[in-house]
Amino acid sequence: MSKSPQAYWSATLRLISIVLVIWFIVSYVAGIILAPALNSIHLGGYPLGFWFAHQGSMYAFVAMIFYYAFAMDKIDHEFDVHEE
Amino acid sequence: MSVQAWIYLMVGLSFALYIGIAIWSRAGTTAEYYVAGGQVNPVMNGMATAADWMSAASFISMAGIISTMGYGGALFLMGWTGGYVLLAMLLAPYLRKFGKFTVPQFIGDRFYSKSAAVVAVICLLVASVTYIIGQMTGVGVAFSRFLNVSNEVGIYVGMGIVFLYAVFGGMKGITYTQVAQYVVLIIAYTIPAIFISMMLTGNPIPQLGLGSKLSGSDVYLLERLDQIVTDLGFGKYTTSVPGSYLNMFMYTLSLMIGTAGLPHVIMRFFTVPKVRDARMSAGWALVFIAILYTTAPAVAAMARYNLLATVYPAALENKPLVTPEQGIRYEERPEWFKRWEQTGLLKFQDLNGDGRIQHFNDKNAAAQEKFAQAGWKGNELNVNADIIVMANPEIAMLPGWVIGLVAAGALAAALSTAAGLLLAISSAISHDLVKGVFKPDIDEKGELLAGRIAMIAAILVAGYLGLNPPGFAAGTVALAFGIAASSLFPAIMMGIFSKKMNKEGAIAGMLAGLFVTLFYVFAHKGIFFIKGTEYLGLIGGENSFFGITPEAFGSVGAIVNFIVAFIVDKFTKEPPEHIQALVENVRTPRGSTAITGAH
Repeated sequence: MSKSPQAYWSATLRLISIVLVIWFIVSYVAGIILAPALNSIHLGGYPLGFWFAHQGSMYAFVAMIFYYAFAMDKIDHEFDVHEE
Repeated sequence: MSVQAWIYLMVGLSFALYIGIAIWSRAGTTAEYYVAGGQVNPVMNGMATAADWMSAASFISMAGIISTMGYGGALFLMGWTGGYVLLAMLLAPYLRKFGKFTVPQFIGDRFYSKSAAVVAVICLLVASVTYIIGQMTGVGVAFSRFLNVSNEVGIYVGMGIVFLYAVFGGMKGITYTQVAQYVVLIIAYTIPAIFISMMLTGNPIPQLGLGSKLSGSDVYLLERLDQIVTDLGFGKYTTSVPGSYLNMFMYTLSLMIGTAGLPHVIMRFFTVPKVRDARMSAGWALVFIAILYTTAPAVAAMARYNLLATVYPAALENKPLVTPEQGIRYEERPEWFKRWEQTGLLKFQDLNGDGRIQHFNDKNAAAQEKFAQAGWKGNELNVNADIIVMANPEIAMLPGWVIGLVAAGALAAALSTAAGLLLAISSAISHDLVKGVFKPDIDEKGELLAGRIAMIAAILVAGYLGLNPPGFAAGTVALAFGIAASSLFPAIMMGIFSKKMNKEGAIAGMLAGLFVTLFYVFAHKGIFFIKGTEYLGLIGGENSFFGITPEAFGSVGAIVNFIVAFIVDKFTKEPPEHIQALVENVRTPRGSTAITGAH
């Protein structure tokens, strides 16, 4: 694998795109666009679409920032651009 | 001990703590003043960011608004948290690597233009000043409702406290005070929620309680709530949407982009030692924010249920609500009801003269006949949204010290946000205008002094605006987010992710985004919010752009910003070689240095 700055940057962009897709799905798709449809499924007393909007999306946001931070760390080391 | 004594004790203790921190954390250098020396632990910074971010509105008003809006209230929940994902991935680490004190300095250096920096300073000032008005009024509200002193006294005391730690301690003082304020506010918010969840559902974790069955029954809380509110003619709690789904989508997006673009939040990521820490710190900030933000929907639904069950005892037994015998008798109303009536936040008017309280949606055309048959002649109870959080401990019959804690928590939320905004304002003036534009040769001591003078001036202006809130105060939060979303966020993001973006493109984009957003907001709310200058006719009526409300328009402004910037960029010349190299450098973490103020 090439260790050029271009390769580092495209690896970074790839990671960001993946996280942004998940970000969009949990909030805008599950929490808003498909919420009415998902509401027919229940999670305990929560209709699922309502749960994504009022709870689930926020848990997912937290998880995805930490995933991003750890994955970025790995990429930094892989391309040898991490901080000493 | 009386409730009032508990309130004085809790507020007094929390203030003593903030003053103690102020004395301990005096700033001696500009680096300490602007970025707390750049040595803040990422977890601590996350906590400070959370306190900085969660304002009087988050603490006092948000749960109440969600309580009224139901499902649609999620736009605040998702909008004010999802922005941190954008911040963590698109801005924070790169701005930390850039390694300077302020947001306008990044925009000015990256786009090699003092004009760009000045445009950014203006956007920052308008966004932060409008935002701070709400905080100062929040301080006044918390004081007057909990401590029985006037709004004015409340604001003066608040100004005095912020003065102590912000003027002397700068970012250093503010950071460590915010950590303490976070602890106060989160305890104050979660304790009543835990008790209420326990009482209603037997589950002490509010996030789980909201999805649980009501104690002693096999009906889910949300199911029962849906049934009660629809019986009373309101929209179903778990599905009601404000306006259209498109509007909810755009509103959420505007709040997310606006959150990521607000300078007082971005600035907090300059205080951590490394690029790596900036990424982690954004995660920690969101953990601390999410503790409150995932509790809020539980508080909202449970308080709505409690309130309705107080007004309609039949709701507890699942009997018909819309009958002549329903609505509790006015003289049988509980103590907390009487207390909050005195503040004017609960208002009762017996429209049908039956001595009972009826609270329902009298505008629901389909249910008119049902209401008329029961002899109900209109909604008799007005509930201010703020009451949901503030009266919560009393509704749940919690001891006096919890009520005192909630008062201290509300003040912590308002003061911590006000301090962060004040620092953003004063650093834009002393660092970006005084040092950056007017007097570049100013020495460290001089700049520190300028920073402190700017801070004092900002406190006085904020206090004045808090004491004399302009009539438009309620509409200004939309403006702050609209400006941050339509001007600052796109400019910073393009500065990092597009190496070829030049100054002409960036400036044109910022101005275009700002202009369309202001144009649409002013069409609805009046030019600079002056009543009578609305020009809805010109844009073809209210919410004429695909039914999007002015509050939700920041995302459209951001899109306009991006498009204009890329078109102008195509027709003007590339940025110089050294700027492209700067962008290369900002993109990789290695070689990050301590933050400096050098221009």
